[in-house]
Amino acid sequence: MTQSTAVVPGGRRVPRNVTRRRVVSAVMIVLTYLAAAAATLPLIFILANLLRQGVGSLHWHFFTSMPKPVGEEGGGMANAIAGTLMLITIASAIGLPIGIGAGLFLAEQRGTRVANVVRFLSDVLNGLPSIVVGIFAWQLLVRPFHHFSALAGGIALAVMMIPIVARTTEEMIRLVPVSLREAALALGYTRWRTSLSIVLRSALPGIVTGALVAVARIAGETAPLLFTAFGNQFWSTSPGQPIAALPLQIFSYAISPYDDWHAQAWAGALVLIALVLVISVSARFATRSRYGRGHD
Amino acid sequence: MTVAAENFSFWYGEKQALHDITLSIADRQITALIGPSGCGKSTFLRSINRLQELLPGTRHTGLIALDGEDIHDRSMDVVGLRQRVGMVFQRWNLFPKSIYDNVAYGPKINGVSDREELDGIVERSLRRAALWEEVRDRLRQSALGLSGGQQQRLCIARALANDPEVLLLDEPASALDPIATQRIEELLYELRKDLSIVIVTHNLQQAGRVADSIAFFYLGRLIEAGPTQQLFTSPAQEQTEAYITGRFG
Repeated sequence: MTQSTAVVPGGRRVPRNVTRRRVVSAVMIVLTYLAAAAATLPLIFILANLLRQGVGSLHWHFFTSMPKPVGEEGGGMANAIAGTLMLITIASAIGLPIGIGAGLFLAEQRGTRVANVVRFLSDVLNGLPSIVVGIFAWQLLVRPFHHFSALAGGIALAVMMIPIVARTTEEMIRLVPVSLREAALALGYTRWRTSLSIVLRSALPGIVTGALVAVARIAGETAPLLFTAFGNQFWSTSPGQPIAALPLQIFSYAISPYDDWHAQAWAGALVLIALVLVISVSARFATRSRYGRGHD
Repeated sequence: MTVAAENFSFWYGEKQALHDITLSIADRQITALIGPSGCGKSTFLRSINRLQELLPGTRHTGLIALDGEDIHDRSMDVVGLRQRVGMVFQRWNLFPKSIYDNVAYGPKINGVSDREELDGIVERSLRRAALWEEVRDRLRQSALGLSGGQQQRLCIARALANDPEVLLLDEPASALDPIATQRIEELLYELRKDLSIVIVTHNLQQAGRVADSIAFFYLGRLIEAGPTQQLFTSPAQEQTEAYITGRFG
């Protein structure tokens, strides 16, 4: 008080250094604006660039045709689009139930030693480089069978999904008011039924968001697929065979020396982003709460 | 249906919240539990339907009996107990569903699936909670669109749908305006014809208005219990008198 205020003749205390403090405040505010802009600009640049480079090579046959050999005009990534959808489906079918179940466990067993250990390990798994997950899947699912497969790729992606889904599920369940849980218990619901029909359902919009973040994250993963799904120039939907995937196709086309393949890679990147966008918007729409607002 | 506690004690970890509570709650009467914050009255109320013991690190000794049956006995199914002992909370906690679904929730878990039977239960419960006339035309609308007082009466209807023998209320009117409060009180007076009611309240006037008998808790102990009139006019304990005359709490 004594240092930053002075008594003026009228006896009123006024803070010292008012001008300097105002300037510092203004500078700080401007800095946060700049940081916010810097945080959003990359996305805008990426999207703009993708649209500029990708739209040109985006014909309907990009979605319906198979890749053409070098030197031939046209061709598309139908197999890679189908492959990515298939990999996402396999990964979600395995990763979502395990992740949501683990999240439910973490939320219900909160505070116990087991839960703390599981949460820690799940965080470690979340931080694991994706290439390591790929090597693990290769070791376990490719080497013993002597060939690459969509299943191995899907499982590698599922492993990456699980910790993301588990942690968001746990956080969302914790947001459900205790009073709702108590209301259900007081009506004679068993604990598991309360968890499933009240708690999980109330947390559903948030859990779906978490699941979508996980899907979006794995849809673009390349490293775990390199030696599991491997990629495929031909049409395949067999889980036991190597399968094409958009990120892999983009990767191999982008590092190729051919201009038309570069254009295809741009188009592929655009489709990949659009795919993620469509999945998340439609799932959000499907889980919109009918009564009142859900947790977002 | 009577509830009787005998030397019931309750601990949160190392901290003892209830000390040797011995208290009988009379059939078809309203018993109010009063006392300053943290005196254990809510803990006791929530022990009657065994909700409190779900908190981690709690334990208890002694006995609570529902019509002579030990509620902690192995043969007592806790789910069945909670259907027999309904509960209404301080903060109305409806499910984010329609009015109809909120009331039908309890009966559905009891295995009532017949549409007509369910309709009947819902209407009967809403009538008993004095809410039917206000909501009969919008049963399919969100329960969260109702006013606070209506939501609380809907919580009562939801509890009544299980056809409980005892109704526990934890400060049901503390967040309501005087008119909504009055409606809840009138409703409780009506319900007491077929139910035993235990109500926790901070509001002494409310306790005086609705309760047949009163139990005064202080620092985890039951200081005194008796008919409302007697407790208010000639309390046996000095602490009771100090509390009801407003000298503390």
